Amino acid sequence: MRDIKKRGKQTVVFERPPVITSYASIVGPKEGQGPFGNYFDQVLPDYMFGERTWEKAESKMLKETVKIALNKAGLTENEIEVMLAGDLLNQTISANYAARDLNLPLLGLYGACSTMAESMLLGAMLVDGGFFNRVIAGTCSHHHTAERQFRFPTEQGIQPTITTQWTATAAGAVLIEASGQGPRITAATVGRVIDMGQKDMSNMGSAMAPAAVDTIKAHMDDLGRSPDYYDLVVTGDLGQIGKAILEELFAVKGIVPKPSYNDCGVLLYEESQDVNAGGSGCGCAACMLCGPFLKKMQEGNMQKLLLIATGALMSPTSIFQGESIPAVAHAVAIEMV
Amino acid sequence: MPEVNNHKLKKIEEYEDLANRCKPKPPVVKNSIWAFVVGGLICTLGQVIQNYFMGIGMSRQDASSATSIVMIFLAALATGVGIYDELGKRAGAGSIVPITGFANAIVASAMEFKREGYIFGVGARIFSVAGPTLVFGFAVALFIGLLKVFISS
Repeated sequence: MRDIKKRGKQTVVFERPPVITSYASIVGPKEGQGPFGNYFDQVLPDYMFGERTWEKAESKMLKETVKIALNKAGLTENEIEVMLAGDLLNQTISANYAARDLNLPLLGLYGACSTMAESMLLGAMLVDGGFFNRVIAGTCSHHHTAERQFRFPTEQGIQPTITTQWTATAAGAVLIEASGQGPRITAATVGRVIDMGQKDMSNMGSAMAPAAVDTIKAHMDDLGRSPDYYDLVVTGDLGQIGKAILEELFAVKGIVPKPSYNDCGVLLYEESQDVNAGGSGCGCAACMLCGPFLKKMQEGNMQKLLLIATGALMSPTSIFQGESIPAVAHAVAIEMV
Repeated sequence: MPEVNNHKLKKIEEYEDLANRCKPKPPVVKNSIWAFVVGGLICTLGQVIQNYFMGIGMSRQDASSATSIVMIFLAALATGVGIYDELGKRAGAGSIVPITGFANAIVASAMEFKREGYIFGVGARIFSVAGPTLVFGFAVALFIGLLKVFISS
């Protein structure tokens, strides 16, 4: 009976596809002013969220997002069996402290901005594997915590290069259950770590695009699916530049989901919002999924979605030591069945 | 990169070309104009202040020191109220190169790390951005000083 759920090299197909019975998102002020502002459960008026530091605010965003998701499902914290979460900060403190306050068993994850897909993929495996019945998967990011960890103090007068992406202040969480009403996680592809020698920390799109294309290709090959199987193929946070590269790579590899391909980093903001190449951060894919996309699916306006969340796996230390930027992309297929 | 062989190297070179092709050109002319105008205005303001100090009877050298102090204060204030980063976003080198940029770097770091306390936060990290300038500034000053001693002896 082994290997029954694995297809090809990297993909699993769930036997009894776990259900996304509830979801929630909280975003910051800038994301609230973006084109999808109305789709999020809560838009914060400022970056502090009533806390003393940005880090505390970020953790609170994840905690409150989980609470909203549970509220919608009419559940309380002690009915959740496991929480799968991660974020961008050192030692994934946002997830750790959120789980402390929620008093939940935690599996902490680090996949940089791929965390939304990674947590869902593992959550679905735990549920379909019969280990747990009800898990919550989520992630968050905060513009200012990311700036100070990866770049410069926020009040410093630095001119961002045109390739820079704006780390989203956003959190998203999905409740995954063995049964219930809602979109189902039908398949998932675990991404390889791909490094094409990019070294520019202010151009993540270029570093991550090859990982995204590798995972999409593996997903389609493993399942024998043509790219137009999905209503929408959406990457996490490649931004304008990464998206342009990805489209060229698609052409090279003979994948053409172009009419239904987009990127959360491109979608999240208006061009006039001064975000250079677009959005990024764990929260970018998380809030777009747990806001507009799942809502669309629930309303019956979309049937099949492939989310490929992309993460750059460097740290400032590795970059200063001359290493290039490795990237990973995980894919989850979400379908109304 | 691990295990770089010729095939992989070629792929990386090809990818580099593709990535560069997809990269938009930075607005060099616009950035240069911003840098020129803002940098010029900061320097003009400094000159006005210096002229004022000399006008009230200070020597040129004293007036220069006093001007630096005023400019550093103004930049620190602008950083504190959140104007300097907005300016720097557009002006780039125009607002980094003058002494005000140096003040901004130090004050921004101090503000940033205050939440980790005065010792491990502000104290330890206030020079996190300006530190290299100080280190190499001192090093070069020492080198030039030594050079002068040797040449004049």
